[in-house]
Amino acid sequence: MSAASSPSALRGRVAEALLPPLVALLVSIVAGDLLILAVGQSPGAVYRLMLEGTWGNAYGFGQVLYKTTTLVCTGLAVAVGLRAGLFNIGAEGQLAAGGLGAALVGLALPAGTTALLAVPLCTVAALAGGGIVGYVPGVLRARWGAHEVITTIMLNFVVLAFLSWLLSGRLRVPETLHTNAIRAGALPRLSAWWAPFHGSASNASLIIVLAAAASTSWYLFHTSRGYELRAVGLQPDAAESGGVSVGKTWIRALTISGALAGLGGINFVLGYEHYYEEGFATGAGFLGIAVALVGRSNPFGVVLAALFFATLSQGGLAINALVPKQMVDALQGVVILAMAASVPEVRRLLTLRRGAK
Amino acid sequence: MTDAGAAAPIVRMTGIAKRFGAVEAIRDAGLEVIPGEIHAIVGENGAGKSTLMRILAGLFPPDAGTVEVAGRDVTGWSASQAIAANVGMVHQHFMLVPPLTITENVILGREPRSGLAIDMARAQREVAEAAERSGFRMNVRACVRDLSVGEQQRVEILKTLVRGARILILDEPTAVLSPPEVQELWRVLRALRASGGTIILITHKLDEVTEISDTITVMRAGRSVARFPTASASAASIARAMVGRDVVLSNDATTRRSPISQTARAGLDVRHLVVAGELRARAVDDVSFSVARGEILGIAGVEGNGQSALIEAIVGLRRATSGEISIGDRDITALSVRERDALGLAHIPEDRHRRGLVLDFSIADNLILGRQREYDRHGTLDRARVLADARAAIERADIRPADPELPARALSGGNQQKIVIARALARETAVLVAAQPTRGVDVGAIEQIHARLRAARDAGTAILLVSAELSEVLALSDRVAVMYGGRIVAIVPRGEASEELLGPLMTGAA
Repeated sequence: MSAASSPSALRGRVAEALLPPLVALLVSIVAGDLLILAVGQSPGAVYRLMLEGTWGNAYGFGQVLYKTTTLVCTGLAVAVGLRAGLFNIGAEGQLAAGGLGAALVGLALPAGTTALLAVPLCTVAALAGGGIVGYVPGVLRARWGAHEVITTIMLNFVVLAFLSWLLSGRLRVPETLHTNAIRAGALPRLSAWWAPFHGSASNASLIIVLAAAASTSWYLFHTSRGYELRAVGLQPDAAESGGVSVGKTWIRALTISGALAGLGGINFVLGYEHYYEEGFATGAGFLGIAVALVGRSNPFGVVLAALFFATLSQGGLAINALVPKQMVDALQGVVILAMAASVPEVRRLLTLRRGAK
Repeated sequence: MTDAGAAAPIVRMTGIAKRFGAVEAIRDAGLEVIPGEIHAIVGENGAGKSTLMRILAGLFPPDAGTVEVAGRDVTGWSASQAIAANVGMVHQHFMLVPPLTITENVILGREPRSGLAIDMARAQREVAEAAERSGFRMNVRACVRDLSVGEQQRVEILKTLVRGARILILDEPTAVLSPPEVQELWRVLRALRASGGTIILITHKLDEVTEISDTITVMRAGRSVARFPTASASAASIARAMVGRDVVLSNDATTRRSPISQTARAGLDVRHLVVAGELRARAVDDVSFSVARGEILGIAGVEGNGQSALIEAIVGLRRATSGEISIGDRDITALSVRERDALGLAHIPEDRHRRGLVLDFSIADNLILGRQREYDRHGTLDRARVLADARAAIERADIRPADPELPARALSGGNQQKIVIARALARETAVLVAAQPTRGVDVGAIEQIHARLRAARDAGTAILLVSAELSEVLALSDRVAVMYGGRIVAIVPRGEASEELLGPLMTGAA
């Protein structure tokens, strides 16, 4: 008899989770049509080209997977922050720091170190690099009440400038903006296992990152620390009354958040170019905010949302012949706006409908 | 009272239904109010009283049913239409701007102007005249933030009257008032009735109903179940209609067994405690008292006299400026909430929505808040054990609906409070700080909560009870302390405590 566990209520909850993004998608498609018509092209042709360039051939899909890998990381980073009631806007810097961490360890290891040792070491270095950058705003918030939105934004500039200084000082190959190639820790491309991916940048770090998403979900929803993190995010005063240290939970959440963003660094450094290059993180940190919002701060939602935004991003390159690439940026913006507006609105309509029954 | 046969009702609501999401707030509720009467709407918490009145005041439309005011069908009208038709509502939570004066608050949104500026002289004159007409004694130039809660409430009423209200709806107006302030409110309401106004009063306090109202409508579980003239009702018959069964109303708690050797087993000891509050550096100002194990010390006082800061300091949510707090011989002044909890200090927070519950968590998850680490098994929360313990607690505490997966938000206030109390009393406690344990809780649940507190005391817990309800303090406490202006102004044994003695102390008059 309980309302929450009856099949119809379960269907209701599933509808509540899935309908808003679908409605948002629909709205975005209509808006996209108008944009495309405005530049004098046929929406059908543009969308066909977009699909062909992404999901329509192995290379394009491989590129989508490559972009997905990084976006899952930054999306998870923002999602963990949101679950704790914190808005981490510093994924950009954290991602770059993670990339440099992985590269430094990969450079320091002797050539020929077995991948079984080198890959975990480099991955931990990526987590640590991002984690340190996340830890700082955590402490600033917990100890001195400095708002994390301000500190994470500002730390982006500080961290990126610092990394740039490190790189230009002694790490870079002269005349370039990147380091030497790492000597150990490189991950195989997916094309090594499935030839049609040939030429695409997608690589084995995708597997590590998906495992991280699963772990994040487990941590948030199946451990006592995750329980504390969510309690602090939803009702900090009640959590505090229950003896949960709100400050420590904030620090922990932002450190994990930063580490997850940093993990994204292995995609480029271990999996693709095998060196750290200035600017490899550009845009991925901020897009992570959109991924987390559309993915509803749920790790599995984040994976789907990352796939979606990666498709848009890769599709933008494919349709360049017909419409300006900026069209896709505009479309991304429309998706985010539609999502932000449709979540409460669709939920209200669902509630109304249930009330009328 | 007006003869019901003679006067046509000024308010007639029939067949009203309203849902909020999955929760059916009211169904088939009705109300008939005669002009010039004080009409009380009573019912347990969650019975739908406030919802019905908000529909009347135009805050939201009903899903079904009709609303008539003065013979006109006004179903689904807006708040501004309601105000234009002279229906005004005074909400439980005041909607005042603290730094502004009484005059400025009253005229807000309808300022008399001279040119571009507000004609303040005229405004003050008009507000002062209106106050006098309504029998309010107030200085219209005073800042609202300097007023007592009772005075602020009178400003709210005045605001509504100045907007022309002839049908005045008051939602739980006495919840925040001291006994003398309640009497003052009754005087104002009677004066309004005498001048032809109609008053609808929401309350769950039976003594108030019998004292002030002419007619009573009883609501239960979203329906109007009874309507009768007050003269023909007794407190017991009203309570029966509210709960749907007989209720023990008497306050004469079984007198406690002899105290468990008060000196040998000290419970809570507070010495020269000073605590800073949000507004005052000495919200708690040199307070000392002790609570023995097996004793309930009740702190009476009008809200805002330092009780909140005192509670938070004792449970570890706020740092003491100076002084000492100890449990037994153990000084806990510098310990964290978790460390105090480990020493057997339990806490029923005064604001369950802010401090007591994570509203979006399930009942089961709320029941383990603070104990979550104990449910770890191999690094994972033992879901099966969480749910099993939750089912047992739900059964013991009679939490409804009995579904551990339901979010706490979906429950009525009384059932939410049962979660908080079940959690606090889930294990042996040396000291229990119970703040407003029955606030916003229905009559049936109050009985049960009081019984649980007495049982905990008899089992040897030292209980510090803080309540704005003087009747609750008197019903439960072995000794009564009165807090005023951050100080404990008196501590008297239960036998000597009475409303007549404590009332003046609570207002700082004695």
